[in-house]
Amino acid sequence: MKPIVLSLLLILMPLLAQAITPEERGLEIAQEIERRDTGFHDFKAAMTMLLKNKHGEESLRDMRNQTLEVENDGDKTLVIFDEPRDVKGTALLSFSHKTGDDDQWLYLPALKRVKRIASRNKSGPFMGSEFAYEDISSQEVEKYTYKFIEESSYEGKASFLLERYPVDPNSGYTRQQVWVDQAQFIPLKIKYYDRKNTLLKTLVFRGYQQYLDQYWRADQMYMENHQTGKSTLLSWEKYNFRSGLSDGDFNKNSLKRAR
Amino acid sequence: MKVWFCILLLLPGFLCAGEWSGYVEGQGRYFLQDPLDSDQPDHALSLAVQPEYFQRWDNDKQSLLFIPFARWDSEDDERSHADIRELIWTYAGNGWESRVGVGKVFWGVTEALHLVDIINQTDLVENPDGEQKLGQPMLKLSLERDWGILDFYLLAGFRERTFPGEDGRLRTHPRVDTDLAGYESDREERHLDLAIRWSHFIGDWDIGLSHFNGTSRDPLFMPLSNGAGEVVLAPFYELMRQTGLDLQATKGDWLWKLEAIHRSADSGSYNAATGGFEYTLVGIGESAMDLGLLAEYLYDDRQDAATTPFENDLFLAFRLTANDVDGSELLAGIIKDLDSSAALFNLETSRRIGNLWKVSAQARLWFNVPEDDPLYPFRQDDYVEISLSRFF
Repeated sequence: MKPIVLSLLLILMPLLAQAITPEERGLEIAQEIERRDTGFHDFKAAMTMLLKNKHGEESLRDMRNQTLEVENDGDKTLVIFDEPRDVKGTALLSFSHKTGDDDQWLYLPALKRVKRIASRNKSGPFMGSEFAYEDISSQEVEKYTYKFIEESSYEGKASFLLERYPVDPNSGYTRQQVWVDQAQFIPLKIKYYDRKNTLLKTLVFRGYQQYLDQYWRADQMYMENHQTGKSTLLSWEKYNFRSGLSDGDFNKNSLKRAR
Repeated sequence: MKVWFCILLLLPGFLCAGEWSGYVEGQGRYFLQDPLDSDQPDHALSLAVQPEYFQRWDNDKQSLLFIPFARWDSEDDERSHADIRELIWTYAGNGWESRVGVGKVFWGVTEALHLVDIINQTDLVENPDGEQKLGQPMLKLSLERDWGILDFYLLAGFRERTFPGEDGRLRTHPRVDTDLAGYESDREERHLDLAIRWSHFIGDWDIGLSHFNGTSRDPLFMPLSNGAGEVVLAPFYELMRQTGLDLQATKGDWLWKLEAIHRSADSGSYNAATGGFEYTLVGIGESAMDLGLLAEYLYDDRQDAATTPFENDLFLAFRLTANDVDGSELLAGIIKDLDSSAALFNLETSRRIGNLWKVSAQARLWFNVPEDDPLYPFRQDDYVEISLSRFF
């Protein structure tokens, strides 16, 4: 009996594989990306944004990021601003969620005021940069639906090309094309299409490094806006995984202490 | 060895690898009308400096923050003043926090008026909007629990409100003479004030409940004759108790806000509330700009006997946020008295210039203020202010 079942399975396997729809395959890849990036617990990192307009004028943003992984929900993140100097000490606390709006509080140090802010505005520029809040917030599988397009290659690396469609009606995008590295299941490039389905931006990930022998993070994320000619280079430095952050580092008191 | 070295230096506290930042600001004010008193100027220039020293140690559990402030004003001796905004040591434990020193605390959610906010005294010479505060000596203990954050405050050392001097605009007639300040408490400015606050959030809702028992930050005024035989207003600081509620519901692009207080003192007790919404239109006209529409209703059950000018008033405003590289912002609005013709127009705008400079402007205009309105003394004080700040 057993050998027959086995051989039947072997014959049917390719058929089963074929029976997976592009949507299912896209979702499987997204789930695998998330599975491989689960379990880091927390990290601290320094972020620098170099903003450039089409005339080449530059502007700098310096921030520090603290992220805590939350089981079965989006991550908790605290971003503290160091530059420009007039917003030094301003801090943003976000509890992101797999579905629905995130919870966000902004701390304004001059007034010592913590403001709960409307987080529905995901598509607006983050600190005047080419990154929207939705581009850098916790990337959860549930935030999109997916479609596998083709096996492709990006800069000589075998990759999967997926399309994903934001579930949130307040997203600034109709769709995103994502090139995913086949070996490591990490994004290499994302093309963003605006609400009119016109190509808006391209994000390229550079200088991937592996932390704790598992978690890949890009040193640089370069976002180019094709409609305005502006660009933002987001550099990540001083990654410190499992730095000892806990839930207590992500409340309104810690937001006021952050600096 | 290094630990001892640090401990030695921590006593003076200022040498162990902390960081300095802060700003210097030049400011010009121009008044659009003739003053009520011919001694008052039609314009003023001033210079302010606010350095900041910050140091943390012990795995970031402990920190020291020092923010002195000073302003020199070309016209008003009372506006030329200095203050320690903050000089505070913080210890962050696991699920609790303590702060000791001179600090600053803000409570509340509404925009037009801050009823619940009570810990710090207003530095009124800085800005007639009352948003600038003097440092308050305090001992604070805070518990961070699943059911919210509970803060206990022991406030030692009362700060008197600052008032513009004889040569300043934006003042009462007669002027307030702070040398004649009086207190209900025999301990005067040494009375110990107590405050407690619970705050929490549940889903879209943020809530705060607070109680304060101590010397009122808002003085009463008594006309007196001072040593020079001049008739002046003497501030009198009562003892009072205030219970406050602040509530915000964050529903998509809508923020619904409410602040309510009950205050009781020898001079009487009253209720006051401010409530309304801020609705944000995201990315107007396919731009990156956001337009916020604000409306709040201001109520005080003392009606015309209220010591604040906002007893039955409507605040309407818009906030334009450019979301550009320069962080350009504009907030413009009016507060309209629903019982009289009086209205107050307010405009605040700012933008960065490069990474280190910022320019900001304010305008305040008072319209049709009747004689019985607390804003009546300011009827000739419409002004425009421009500030240029350099951060370091």
